[in-house]
Amino acid sequence: MSLMDYTAVELGRKIKAGEVSAVEAAAEALDSMEENDGKYNCYVTMLDRESVLKRAACVQKQIDEGLPTGPLAGVPVAIKDNMCTKGVRTTCSSKILYNFEPTFSSEAVINLEKAGAVILGKTNMDEFAMGSTTETSYFGPTKNPWNTEHVPGGSSGGSAAAVAAKECTYALGSDTGGSIRQPSSYCGVVGMKPTYGTVSRYGLIAYGSSLDQIGPIAKDVTDCATVLETIASYDPKDSTSVRRDDLDFTSALVDDVAGMKIGIPKDYIGEGIDQTVKEAVLAAAKVLEERGAVVEEFDLELVKYAIPAYYVIASAEASSNLARFDGVKYGYRTEQYDGLHNMYKKSRSEGFGPEVKRRIMLGSFVLSSGYYDAYYLKALRTKALIKQAFDRAFKKYDVILGPASPTTAPRLGDSLGDPLKMYLGDIYTISVNLAGLPGICVPCGIDEKNLPIGLQLIGNCFEEKKIIRAAYAYEQSRGGNLK
Amino acid sequence: MSRYETVIGLEVHVELATKSKIFCGCSTAFGGAPNTHTCPVCTGMPGSLPVLNKQVVEYATAVGLATNCAITQYCKFDRKNYFYPDNPQNYQISQLYLPICRNGYVEIEAGRQTKRVRIHEIHMEEDAGKLVHDPDTGDTLVDFNRSGVPLIEIVSEPDMRSADEVIAYLEKLRMLIQYLGVSDCKLQEGSMRADVNISVREEGAEEFGTRTEMKNLNSFSAISRAIKNETERQIDLIESGEPVIQESRRWDDDREYSYSMRSKEDAKDYRYFPEPDLVPVVISDEMLDRIRAAQPEFREAKIVRYVEEYQIPKYDAEIITSDKKLADFFEECVALGAPAKEVSNLIMGDLMRLLKENGQDASDIAFSPAHVSKMIEMILKGVINRTVAKEVFEEIFRSDVDPEAYVEEHDLKTVNDDGELRRVIAEVIAKNPKSVEDYHAGKKKAMGFLVGQTMRIMKGKADPGTVNRIVVEMLES
Repeated sequence: MSLMDYTAVELGRKIKAGEVSAVEAAAEALDSMEENDGKYNCYVTMLDRESVLKRAACVQKQIDEGLPTGPLAGVPVAIKDNMCTKGVRTTCSSKILYNFEPTFSSEAVINLEKAGAVILGKTNMDEFAMGSTTETSYFGPTKNPWNTEHVPGGSSGGSAAAVAAKECTYALGSDTGGSIRQPSSYCGVVGMKPTYGTVSRYGLIAYGSSLDQIGPIAKDVTDCATVLETIASYDPKDSTSVRRDDLDFTSALVDDVAGMKIGIPKDYIGEGIDQTVKEAVLAAAKVLEERGAVVEEFDLELVKYAIPAYYVIASAEASSNLARFDGVKYGYRTEQYDGLHNMYKKSRSEGFGPEVKRRIMLGSFVLSSGYYDAYYLKALRTKALIKQAFDRAFKKYDVILGPASPTTAPRLGDSLGDPLKMYLGDIYTISVNLAGLPGICVPCGIDEKNLPIGLQLIGNCFEEKKIIRAAYAYEQSRGGNLK
Repeated sequence: MSRYETVIGLEVHVELATKSKIFCGCSTAFGGAPNTHTCPVCTGMPGSLPVLNKQVVEYATAVGLATNCAITQYCKFDRKNYFYPDNPQNYQISQLYLPICRNGYVEIEAGRQTKRVRIHEIHMEEDAGKLVHDPDTGDTLVDFNRSGVPLIEIVSEPDMRSADEVIAYLEKLRMLIQYLGVSDCKLQEGSMRADVNISVREEGAEEFGTRTEMKNLNSFSAISRAIKNETERQIDLIESGEPVIQESRRWDDDREYSYSMRSKEDAKDYRYFPEPDLVPVVISDEMLDRIRAAQPEFREAKIVRYVEEYQIPKYDAEIITSDKKLADFFEECVALGAPAKEVSNLIMGDLMRLLKENGQDASDIAFSPAHVSKMIEMILKGVINRTVAKEVFEEIFRSDVDPEAYVEEHDLKTVNDDGELRRVIAEVIAKNPKSVEDYHAGKKKAMGFLVGQTMRIMKGKADPGTVNRIVVEMLES
């Protein structure tokens, strides 16, 4: 058995017990990256072997000296390439940041480092997290380790695929409209988006600031809860960070759902969903019911308005957030230009890919004078109404259950030709971001193409523990075999 | 020919004197090598996030209360999107939808009347960096030291009708803001900047004419000249049947003319939307009460009180209160026991003269009221006479000397010893028989000479009255 087969918590325990050294763990991870990344393209930047091993040795020394270290000390991790890492190239998978080295690390990464994490590299993603397939990356698409003809999902496709391909033990992703949960679903791993404000956004290169959250992608629910517990913190540098005293997420790893009320939105298993996905999700619901949960279907209103509201709000924020990439201060600047405006125009035209340009244009349009009320303001009102619909639902249910995506991973090249169809694929994940809720995706089956299916559990704001508990109980009942 | 009326509204930017910037911890200090007062936030690095400096809210609220505004107790920041290299994020964090202060006014003296200039709103925002042209390479460089320095923008209604009213309004704002201590409001240094919106219309007309916005006005006199010039330019256009174009114009004070800053692209669309990286600002009733209670006594109240309480002339009170620092100085001296009249005379006379001679203003006062009040006490106790006091004050002004030590060191105490005086005067009389003769011949001027000679030998330390008395006595005996 390779060290890469262990979960993060298992590996951490072995390191702490002295059965395995952090250096050995890092070396195996590096070997796996070298061996597999040519196939999957999970990484944009791999740290050089020497510095990773040095870092691992340093962590090992702390462990040997008996310094206080967490459950993840010495465990190798991959970081999505939209999180700043001091001195390590951070590109957002865009040409416009192809050479950008941040001067500081994001708060989530700092929290991991404090806990003794050994960073392996920066994972591929859709350019600026805009996309659902990791095909919009300037550095080429990531392939799904289950079947390299298929996409890994996105935008955190590199992170999800790296976990699935055992090119790291766990990874960090970010989720603006489903970017952790959907690739986790496609790659058969566990991914979680916490309540907005739980993990600091400081150092996360913004896409849709009011929706972005960092979260874990890992092999199981236990790892997910453990990683989230490590990266979550109140950060005065992020004004939207929330002060919470209930960050002990691992305390919710309890194999008991007796009496838990679970609602399934009818619209989540209605039109547009693959039959196999639907069956797997309902079968998972059945498992929870058998364990004593009360499961029923209900009408979650406004589901169909989530996608337009999301694309208006996220694109509007993105059009402004991405304005700073102008060739003046860092990143890509066009070779030849005639004056300031030409430099802006050429640098941005050459530096951004087509999906990013599409969203910048969409966002600029909905914010422009005369359209603001009709689009942006209306989208904000819709967002508020969606939140209210969830508030009503959570008066009745502890957890909302559904699929993470209507399908399993599409084939490479099938999605980008029809962006609207690609956007519609986000239907089950997007409203969670609009309402600021936590959501977790757990594998719940395999389809006829041998591609994994993901179960999504959604909780009320600050109720991660309920979905962790439900996901953990399901995972325990499901056992190791997805079929 | 018709008569025209000028209609003027102002947008005044004031840099707030907080120690750190509005959204990061960097220093706001003026000067400093380029890009030394910077961090990831104020240089727009990817991943950085703004955190609001609470002091900015307090200062803006204080200005709002002083200008009779309604305070928006739940206010928000918005992003104003535009590309320019001095603006590192290519958006400015400002306030559009819910500015912190609205619907205020200040009263100004217009002619012999008091006039109300309404304030539409005051909002908080961040300043931009500075572009620097390198003449050697031809490159344009950016210095972000000023990027993120807190500003408030005070937007008036178009209530002013002349350059005099504009100056009175600006003086009024400056006075209020200086008294609050939230900015030094120096036009020349850019800590107060005014953009002037001007339109003209026929007298008695209801509708406003098309307005232009005048920028780059760095002094009150430049503002006056620009208003006069722009009024004439617009009248000329109207008279010749040409339209006034709504545009921003840049004033060139050396050449005394303005030119259009942008041509076709003036219909700017800033695509404002609520800043998602900041949470709404909530100003509690308690905070509002606290800021209200901490409002200082403003100039008008001080003038009234000085005249009543200290019995000094209104004119003196007006001069002393024309600068908060001067008023503070005055009050501190009085609090230390110096008679108000004495302090006021000193300020109106020697202090004003010295400031003028040195090309300084009250903000440059660097000596302690304690030394001044001690000096006044020494005069009143007869320790030094007023001639010596002039010299002592000049030393205090220059290097804040302790008057007691200085007088001691330079042996400047008034000599009241009759014996020594009589000896010196006898000597002077003996040495100047011609003057004595002149005196007796009825030339009273000779008397002045003898007194002067005595004072000279006494190095000014004698009391001139006493010297006078003894000289007469000895000449007449």
